[in-house]
Amino acid sequence: MAKKYAFFLGCIAPLRYPGLEKSTRVVCKALGIELVDLKDASCCPAPGVIRSFSKKTWLAAAARNLALAEKEGLEILTICNGCYGSLFDAAHELAEDKELLKEVNGVLKEIGMEYKGTTKVRHFAEVLYKDVGIEAIKKKITKPVDYKVAAFYGCHFLKPSGIKGLDNPENPHILEDLIAATGAEAMPRAQASLCCGAGGGLRAAFPDNAMKLTKTNLENIKESGAKYIVDICPFCHLQFDIGQKDSGYSFPVLHLSQLYGVAMGMDAKELGFSAHQTPVKL
Amino acid sequence: MPEEIVMVTPDKSFVDLVAEYGGEGVKMCFQCGTCTASCPSGRNTAYRTRKTMRAAQMGFRDIAFSGDDLWQCTTCYTCQERCPRDVPIVDVVVAMRNIAVAEGKMYDPHRKTGQNLVEIGHSVSFGDKQKKMRADMGLDEVPPTVLANKKAMDDLKKILAATGFDKLVG
Repeated sequence: MAKKYAFFLGCIAPLRYPGLEKSTRVVCKALGIELVDLKDASCCPAPGVIRSFSKKTWLAAAARNLALAEKEGLEILTICNGCYGSLFDAAHELAEDKELLKEVNGVLKEIGMEYKGTTKVRHFAEVLYKDVGIEAIKKKITKPVDYKVAAFYGCHFLKPSGIKGLDNPENPHILEDLIAATGAEAMPRAQASLCCGAGGGLRAAFPDNAMKLTKTNLENIKESGAKYIVDICPFCHLQFDIGQKDSGYSFPVLHLSQLYGVAMGMDAKELGFSAHQTPVKL
Repeated sequence: MPEEIVMVTPDKSFVDLVAEYGGEGVKMCFQCGTCTASCPSGRNTAYRTRKTMRAAQMGFRDIAFSGDDLWQCTTCYTCQERCPRDVPIVDVVVAMRNIAVAEGKMYDPHRKTGQNLVEIGHSVSFGDKQKKMRADMGLDEVPPTVLANKKAMDDLKKILAATGFDKLVG
């Protein structure tokens, strides 16, 4: 039976790196995953900024997105840690706290909607790992690669681990395993769980501090011998892709969906590398 | 000369306000400092997570809200993962940020992000350049989100208005 999910686009992927959206579509198709566009969805809304301004707004707008998927009877699939962070956390809070759900439904009532609290939120990497599985993925890898890469988890995929429960956030293996399935090798590095720097509103308001975190990561990546950065979040992707400008570094930045596309023999046009600022030389 | 010791009176109503905004867990904090030691942002800035938790507990508003410290958290959750008291530290930071914003403190770039949400339903801008980029990749020029449906965008706007967000970033 085909696996079917509501594809939640978010903001950075469709509006800054549409190649991530494109590669996810082609790779999912190749893996037998059916993506149904979650029509009419908005920003998740972003956990670092919008939630920091008004949790009430954040929760209500997230509930609207969750309700759209609930109506379709589908689990949400996102390729972004920020969207995953917001939608998963909001779904968790609304499933746990009936009073809060009631309050949020009071807002949704204004647009004739109701959220029952049943939507499950999944990350692309988690779906690949759990629902498709490494062995099934390996069968679809037609053009294995031998890249040495930095596995960049970002923050909101595994954390807070108390509610995500996917992997040990201090010493995870999911992404390394997903990378190994393509023939590539994730190189161990210092401070592997260090934030890219973009989150929490830093990139917008405090870019100097954001860049310091990015540069520490880049130094550690260089030291590890990795030649590429593989991420599972368009915001980390953007921070590394744009952040390397004038930095002396030029690691091509690949979203996991793009690495998979390469290892499945898809060409650069199909994978949208033209949107990248740091050239992707394969 | 010895430093002058200043007596301060804790403002207990503040921790209740933080709790109201979702940061009740701060009451569990016993000030061990594991959070500060774990904080990547604190290595580059004066932000001290433990100090921020203390400010919330004691109601030291001037410490909590002066300067940019509160806004240096990337919400990476490293502190929270390592907290021996399971304090939901990021929730506390978010609660305090919500209070700061409600009191009128918002950075211009953040306001711009908020305005994007109100105007187009996404947190980043969208224009002809992005449309072309999408079309060149064989995608719909406009993604099938609120951007493609006025009714959906109007619905979102109603939610933003009902929760006071448009006024917050207006």
